[in-house]
Amino acid sequence: MNAVGTTATNPSTVVATAEQLIDGWELVVGLEVHVELATKTKLFSASANRFGDEPNTNIDPVTLGLPGALPVLNRHAVELAMRLGLALNCRVQPCTFHRKNYFYPDLPKAYQISQYDQPLNVDGWLMLPGDVRIGVERAHLEEDTGKSTHFGGAEGRIHGSDYSLIDFNRAGVPLVEIVSRPDIRTSEQAKQYVSELRAILLAVGASDAKMEEGSMRCDVNVSVHKPGTPFGTRCEIKNVNSIRSVGRAIEYEARRQIDLLTGGGVVKQQTLHWDDASGRTNVLRTKEDADDYRYFLEPDLVPLVPDAAWIERVRAALPALPAARREALAVLTGAAKESEAVAVVVERGQDAYIGAVANVGGDAARALVYVQQAFADEPATPRVPAGDLAALSLMEKNAKITSTQAKTLLTELVANGGGDVIAMAKAKGFEAMDSGALEAMVDQAIAADADAWAKFKAGEQKAMGALVGAVMKLSKGKADGKAVTALLQAKANA
Amino acid sequence: MVELRTAVDVARAVASGELSAAAVVEENLAAIDAREGEVHAFNVVTAERARERAAQIDADIKAGRNVGRLAGVTVALKDNMCTRGVETTCSSRILAGWKPPYDGTVVRRLADAGAVMVGKTNLDEFAMGSSTENSAFGPTRNPLDTSRVPGGSSGGSAAAVAAGFATVSFGSDTGGSIRQPAALCGLVGVKPTYGMVSRQGLIAFGSSLDQIGPFTSTVADAALLMEVIAGHDPLDSTSLPQPAPELMSVLSHGVEGMRIGRITDMPEGSSPDVLERLDAAFEALRNAGATVVDVQMPSMSYGLTAYYLVAPAEASSNLARFDGVRYGLRVDAKDLNAMYGDTRAAGFGDEVKRRIMLGTYALSAGYYDAYYGKALKVRRLIADDFAKAYESCDVILTPTSPTVAFKFGDKTNNPLAMYLCDVFTIPTNLAGHAAMSVPFGTGEAGLPVGVQVLAPALGEAPMFRVAAELERAA
Repeated sequence: MNAVGTTATNPSTVVATAEQLIDGWELVVGLEVHVELATKTKLFSASANRFGDEPNTNIDPVTLGLPGALPVLNRHAVELAMRLGLALNCRVQPCTFHRKNYFYPDLPKAYQISQYDQPLNVDGWLMLPGDVRIGVERAHLEEDTGKSTHFGGAEGRIHGSDYSLIDFNRAGVPLVEIVSRPDIRTSEQAKQYVSELRAILLAVGASDAKMEEGSMRCDVNVSVHKPGTPFGTRCEIKNVNSIRSVGRAIEYEARRQIDLLTGGGVVKQQTLHWDDASGRTNVLRTKEDADDYRYFLEPDLVPLVPDAAWIERVRAALPALPAARREALAVLTGAAKESEAVAVVVERGQDAYIGAVANVGGDAARALVYVQQAFADEPATPRVPAGDLAALSLMEKNAKITSTQAKTLLTELVANGGGDVIAMAKAKGFEAMDSGALEAMVDQAIAADADAWAKFKAGEQKAMGALVGAVMKLSKGKADGKAVTALLQAKANA
Repeated sequence: MVELRTAVDVARAVASGELSAAAVVEENLAAIDAREGEVHAFNVVTAERARERAAQIDADIKAGRNVGRLAGVTVALKDNMCTRGVETTCSSRILAGWKPPYDGTVVRRLADAGAVMVGKTNLDEFAMGSSTENSAFGPTRNPLDTSRVPGGSSGGSAAAVAAGFATVSFGSDTGGSIRQPAALCGLVGVKPTYGMVSRQGLIAFGSSLDQIGPFTSTVADAALLMEVIAGHDPLDSTSLPQPAPELMSVLSHGVEGMRIGRITDMPEGSSPDVLERLDAAFEALRNAGATVVDVQMPSMSYGLTAYYLVAPAEASSNLARFDGVRYGLRVDAKDLNAMYGDTRAAGFGDEVKRRIMLGTYALSAGYYDAYYGKALKVRRLIADDFAKAYESCDVILTPTSPTVAFKFGDKTNNPLAMYLCDVFTIPTNLAGHAAMSVPFGTGEAGLPVGVQVLAPALGEAPMFRVAAELERAA
């Protein structure tokens, strides 16, 4: 414990590095992420859980909160929530449901069934790139509300609107709320957290995690304080609907709080609304007028006690998680595990495909580049047979074709869903140039431009362009740029 | 006084073709025509539906089709049980005119067994009351003495059977709402073990306390109805995972060797005529071979207080959905909050508002521990006391109601006096146990007195054995 002796009372023991401080202030961020589970039906009724249907078509007495209707827990929703909890290294425990009472037109029963003091998943963590570990306090089950749309008035808010319409299709859709510990110290980490959480959700099939459709929604808690002092008063930012907005909202809010404190002001505990268009937060409500939700045990449901065998079955069926898969792909391809190529390919689920290319003798490093560049619209198992991509990678690796030619063939492979690469290369006249012919052309280019050659030998890299261009011209574009550069370099050093 | 038919007789006679279902319905409708004006048991009489249904059953019998165990038995349903396409109001202005799009599980099971619904019965608004005076549509009168209340909250259902408007009826019991009106109208009334009968389609008052149960003129009828409506329902998560108990077969078993508990520290305030009948009941059971053992229930007097925190707390949440947004009454106003306020102010009666406020307060931050939290502890204490008592006895006998049926207006200005009507019935609901009221002679003014048989959870079989013995001795 340090002289101030206060950090031990803070709810996180993570300390920002000097580089992470903002003008000497330490930023503390915690995230509450709501995700809709990818179930067929709702959390407590048999209506379909489907986005984009005609309003008020996926409804029933339970969804509408009709008198006499009772909730029946969807076991598949519990299983998906458990899957997510286990993927986040949580402890899955016996749990209960509570009622959270408040009035709002899109909340049919005037209470939300949620979990309160005994959630399903507790005490987990999520690892960010660079081995930064962010604690996960809990991941609990609850039901979604309906969706209100306000017409007339300003900003589409209920206040001042002429009328409102409610779509109850979303009401009762199963949600998991994942609450992080306040272990995040930079906006970048917050973005990585959301991105990694999204990757895990997709990998375990718990949610489609589409932020643009609202199946993944972030509330961001932000506070600032001087290192070694107690955490500052936090503000909660709602309506943060993209990973980019998470970063922007945190940076805006941190700056607002720092400016306020530096100017001698105080931060009030508030709930803020992120306005993506203006890049600002607006006050929704302050703590004094916060709702009293009158939580109490939901008497229409019984405690949920997942038995050990069920938990173990779910754990055993968990697929490899993104971090492990990135690690494996990095090892296979020699790329850095934090590289964009590795991240993108794992997110698309195409890492196994690269493994298949390598298994049939292909060059994994080149396959990674091909897949990253050309397979964005392909499914996890692309249509191009692994053997075809392996053949392409070997032709390029063995300098049978240039990288430019490889790119042309790759585009054609993807367009046709595969093909005989050797025949395709032949048809295009992409034949390998033997090294004797290439060297002769290099010599010819040097002889033709003595000035450029002198400059290149003197270390002027810019002069190389002219020489390479000359060789390309002589070879009618068939020379491999990299091979030409290597030859020039060798001759200059000779 | 009409001669009441029993469900057992009707079902047997109709199934065998001795009696037509249509004739039973016409008999009931004639009785309704004659006396409903003065009794006001119903919010709605479904005469045409009943006639159609009876004709269908008679046709089925003629055609040799299976008609179920309640063929032609007419039933009246408390108006807080959802019936598809038939107005279901809870005797509240806020739900006036609302027609559910679905039948509750009990309603469906009754229909599947061949029962014929004749109407929906009056109740204290949202089942909150002990006299049916809290109905938004006017009180129900006790058919045995129309200057007196039928009890409540299921007063309409009790009156309907007592007046011969239906063979049997159903109510809901949250703190005594079946047993007390059964006692005041001279009927058998059963509050099943919590979870024994599905609550799906029952408009909730206190979800952790509510149970549907029958009103009948005989113990055997009650046993038959329990066998039809009880048993696991996947649509109610609190429904117990087991089939309906077999009760008809135990009625003739007698009480030889059974241990009957007598509470020595029973709450005071019962009138002498009621206590006299209770003593007689113990005597009758002793004569039939049972032993009477003394037990203590020190927490029983706290039941009322705990109940008036738990039930209103749950009710404040259960009734929040009546907000004018999706169904029922809406009073238009200048903005959303004003619409909520005006709708609920106009839609709910005084007793309902009183309990919503009480419950909201009990659950509020800063008060939860002192009120709702403490009530939950009392609830556990009561369960513990019962568990201890049942170590030495099989069932317990108490009065059902401290008095016989009282006069209109006697207690309406004093909610606490009204609440005391349920002092003996409430602990059963708090514990989730079974209990029933059996008529056992008369008291003041020749009015019926009910004796309450209490049993532990799933103790329906011993409870019915004792009830049958009391019926034989009465």
